[in-house]
Amino acid sequence: MIGFNLRGAWSIYQRELMRAFRTAFQSVIAPVLTTSLYFIVFGSAIGSRMEPIQGTEYAAFIIPGLLMLTLLGETTSNSSFGIYMPRFTGTIYELLSAPVGVAETLVGFVGAAATKSLILAAIILATATLFVDYQIKYPFLAVGFIMLVAASFSLFGFILGIWADSFEKLGIIPVLILTPLTFLGGTFYSLEMLPAPWDKIALANPIAFLVSGLRWTFYGTSDVSIGISLGLTLGFLAACTAIIAFIFKTGWRLRE
Amino acid sequence: MAEVTDEAILEISGLSKVYKGGVRALDDVDLTIRKGEIFALLGPNGAGKTTLIGAVCGLVRPTSGTVTAFGEDLARNWREARGRIGLVPQELSTDMFETVRRAVSYSRGLFGFPPDKARIEEVLRSLSLWEKRDSQIRELSGGMKRRVLIAKALAHEPDLLFLDEPTAGVDVELRKDMWRQIAALRERGTTIILTTHYIEEAEEMADRVGVIRNGKILMVDDKDAMMQRMGRTEAVITMSQPLDELPASISVFPVELRADGLELWYRGGDGSGKGREDVAALTKALVRAGIDYRGIDVHDSSLEDIFVGLVSETEEA
Repeated sequence: MIGFNLRGAWSIYQRELMRAFRTAFQSVIAPVLTTSLYFIVFGSAIGSRMEPIQGTEYAAFIIPGLLMLTLLGETTSNSSFGIYMPRFTGTIYELLSAPVGVAETLVGFVGAAATKSLILAAIILATATLFVDYQIKYPFLAVGFIMLVAASFSLFGFILGIWADSFEKLGIIPVLILTPLTFLGGTFYSLEMLPAPWDKIALANPIAFLVSGLRWTFYGTSDVSIGISLGLTLGFLAACTAIIAFIFKTGWRLRE
Repeated sequence: MAEVTDEAILEISGLSKVYKGGVRALDDVDLTIRKGEIFALLGPNGAGKTTLIGAVCGLVRPTSGTVTAFGEDLARNWREARGRIGLVPQELSTDMFETVRRAVSYSRGLFGFPPDKARIEEVLRSLSLWEKRDSQIRELSGGMKRRVLIAKALAHEPDLLFLDEPTAGVDVELRKDMWRQIAALRERGTTIILTTHYIEEAEEMADRVGVIRNGKILMVDDKDAMMQRMGRTEAVITMSQPLDELPASISVFPVELRADGLELWYRGGDGSGKGREDVAALTKALVRAGIDYRGIDVHDSSLEDIFVGLVSETEEA
């Protein structure tokens, strides 16, 4: 057990996944339904009357953005809820008194949240095929980028779940910040379609780089360089990891 | 029966905890727990009992001091030590939507132990939870939920078990049942530290007792030694006729007249039965002196009396 409590991490991971299955409607069916509605309304109904953007049919163009929209919201919510609930109910005592540290906790909670997100992403992409005819240009890069985003926002959600001291605070970031930023980050349009100076101002939105990066892996076209998107995501991952390491070191909001 | 040895399983030295806002919950606590014993930590609300347990179990960050468990400094080699410690918290905190069996299995895995259906069954059966193994915890009564918490703490076979108010809110029958289970754990060699409001519980089970108040340990002693040293017998003898004064043969006893001479109060002896012998001698002396009485009420002080007296004394001081 010295160094890393693998069974401990696996137990947390398994339990978190079980929790997702227990709440399958909330975790999987609801986001799939919502995304399907986007495909029907924006992809099929409105999209059929739109010109191709960056050489891609509009219905296919919005897939990466819609995927990112669901991915960011669900990953952050799942992860934040995963650690917030034990704090709220008091069951965190068991985690704190067990021989598990930051590594096991992250592998368990964040790993489970990221896994759920990947499953969700696969289901959404499969659902998209029902409405849109699309091809992924760089499938391995797309999976890698999705995994990177899922891991980063699982870490971010974990921080959120530790920071929040009420259900209201738990919902603020995904609903009031992530969702609007994703909508404004080029989910339904290319940034170059925006009039000046909004096309430049839009680059202040970090989510635009994620949407653009994922779109590049899908179709080879993007608003910003894939290198910048990748670098920014890796930087975000590193920053979240550092914050969580600090939280465990100081016990902030975990240990009295 | 497993022997209590002088070997220390837990050593707490100079442990202090000051919460934000300046509340000093623990004040330079020194405490040694012997392997195999049941140690009862008594104290009024807010005395620091739960904070002390939290500091050992990793829930509370001590402000200063050291905790050594199984010879390992908990601040450094916490993994090994924590794997051998179990905690039953005061609050009924558990995932209410989980089934009993899965919740207990989860605890075992969390502590790094491989799945062991036989062990889980043994634990559940020992706590009369086997029939409820597939029930969601929220469906159980308060007493059964507390048993689930105990089962979770026992799933990884801890050598040192903390029970924070284990019988709070459970009925008398279940409480006595739990006492039997705690005794059985001790038989198997588990060292147990329990906090309780029911002094009777400590009196029934503990080998040693510690009293804590305002974050300071006031006293630690063998229960029997404490009872002997601080225990007293009180007797009230109701006279047939009021007495104005006591004859010399009676005054040699630690007695005084009360209720206008109608009651003779004795207070003396120790916790080993000497007081009752004194009272028997006193009644014979009364008969020899020709003093008639019509009733005797004898009461040995309990651990609760000692505890209340000790806490009141320090309060006054």
